[in-house]
Amino acid sequence: MSLDLYAEDLVANYEHPHNRKNMSDCDSSSHEYNTTCGDDITVYIKVKDGKISDISFDGSGCAISVGTASKLTDAIKGKSVSEIESLGFDFIVDLIGIDPGPARAKCATISLKALKHAVFIYEHKKPDSETERL
Amino acid sequence: MVNIDSEEIKKDFPIFESRKDGQRLVYLDSAATSQKPRAVINAISDYYSNYNANIHRGVYQIAERATEAYENSKKEMAKFLGAESYEELVYVRNTTEAINLVALSWGEKNISEGDHILISEMEHHSNLVPWILLAKRKKAVLDYIKVGEDYRLDQESLENGLEKNPKLVAITHASNVLGTINDVKSITKKAHDKGAVVLVDGAQSAPHMPVNLSDIGCDFYALSGHKMLGPTGIGALYGKREILEAMPPVIGGGDMIETVEFYSCTWNRIPWKFEAGTSNIEGGIGMTPAIQYLQKLGMENIFKHEVELTKYALDALAEIKNVETYGPDMKKNDHGGVISFSVNGVHPHDIASIFDNYNVAIRAGHHCAMPLVTQILRQSAVARMSFYIYNNKDDIDKAVEAINEVKRIFKK
Ligand SMILES: Cc1ncc(COP(=O)(O)O)c(C=O)c1O
Repeated sequence: MSLDLYAEDLVANYEHPHNRKNMSDCDSSSHEYNTTCGDDITVYIKVKDGKISDISFDGSGCAISVGTASKLTDAIKGKSVSEIESLGFDFIVDLIGIDPGPARAKCATISLKALKHAVFIYEHKKPDSETERL
Repeated sequence: MVNIDSEEIKKDFPIFESRKDGQRLVYLDSAATSQKPRAVINAISDYYSNYNANIHRGVYQIAERATEAYENSKKEMAKFLGAESYEELVYVRNTTEAINLVALSWGEKNISEGDHILISEMEHHSNLVPWILLAKRKKAVLDYIKVGEDYRLDQESLENGLEKNPKLVAITHASNVLGTINDVKSITKKAHDKGAVVLVDGAQSAPHMPVNLSDIGCDFYALSGHKMLGPTGIGALYGKREILEAMPPVIGGGDMIETVEFYSCTWNRIPWKFEAGTSNIEGGIGMTPAIQYLQKLGMENIFKHEVELTKYALDALAEIKNVETYGPDMKKNDHGGVISFSVNGVHPHDIASIFDNYNVAIRAGHHCAMPLVTQILRQSAVARMSFYIYNNKDDIDKAVEAINEVKRIFKK
């Protein structure tokens, strides 16, 4: 583990997360639980013309999971549903600027996994194996 | 009284020879598993290199030697624990398997609908889940001794639990989360007065303090070899002779029988009745040097050393703002070398990750005691440091340095 994982920006996103709210009128949502840290994240989306028009997350967890969820929800607004379907681990590495390493990978990807599940549910599709491995 | 010289002891443990970024490993997770001295590693290697053979059946020399080495380790362990005979020691994989063996054999036979089983709120899942399962199967009632504000067992709650005349009292000797050491001798006496059978979870006591089973008087005692310098995959269940003799076997197969006919069989003597199939021979053999290493240092000295480190660490942590610790005060000599702590507003896994950057190994989570951590401590997880013979004050200073880094990163 390198301390670079705890970049000031990520910690700030943990301390004051963006888009952290329950969204009762969402078009789809998905909840994920990570047994190692007990991270508990739900992602909510609204879709308009095939694009994410609004997104939020709720829940609790470690700095890596909450900080990444905050950054992810910022980055995802306006992206097309099909684009999200193809996002994987590399997207998270780009987003937080570092490979979190095996011990914390699940923390870093939990919000992306929840987001992709929400998208697949919206599209009435089965999640692909790459999403399940996140 | 010998003082424990941790710098000298570290030299006996190969793992402390390696460096990461020039830093030696600071290992503060011995409650999860201990490091292994060279003597244990060599004994296992010696067995495979020089006398590898299956035990109990061979008549050739190396088979006899392996059998003797394996049985000898039980004799060493019986002496170490103050058991009357090695026949009262069943080798199993670990504490968890030992307790499950009691639940599946003794429990199946002796617990019936409406019977009470008394355990405590500070139990590890391994002394909790088997009883939840047994209680469900038998429609028995599971009662809990409460943990008080002082992180000790609540005496009134213990008395109330005993008033229900439980068939079984199963209690941990030392908590792997709070560090609390329970007075299992007095609990055993009180429970026996009520006619209960007593099981003590010794996973955190056998490695760290003098244990004399004849003195404690409990009926069962469970331990894990890997927490006391030994290899993984070997543990022991102690049971009083007459109780083990009356218990039915759970696993059938080779070695556990005396005679087999096509439709019936008779059981081997204890402890072999409970050890079906080829044993963990290397594991048993590895326990002998582990026990000898501990005995050479003296359990009394080891306990004193860990208490001293715990006091030192608690004093250091008390100076740091926003750090909370969970465990009894040090006034009654009932707090062993475990400190659970948290830094307000920081998730314990982030603490552990930042410690890792300093090459300091600690654990974060519910420590397999979810009811205790989530409902009594009211935390989703806590960080934990635990001490052993190879730790010293420098290790704790390093941990304090890492906590200050946590506080810097999270601006606490
Ligand atoms: C108090 C206590 N009981 C039981 C266990 C279970 O030990 P094992 O996993 O070796 O079976 C542990 C290990 O963490 C423990 O600390």
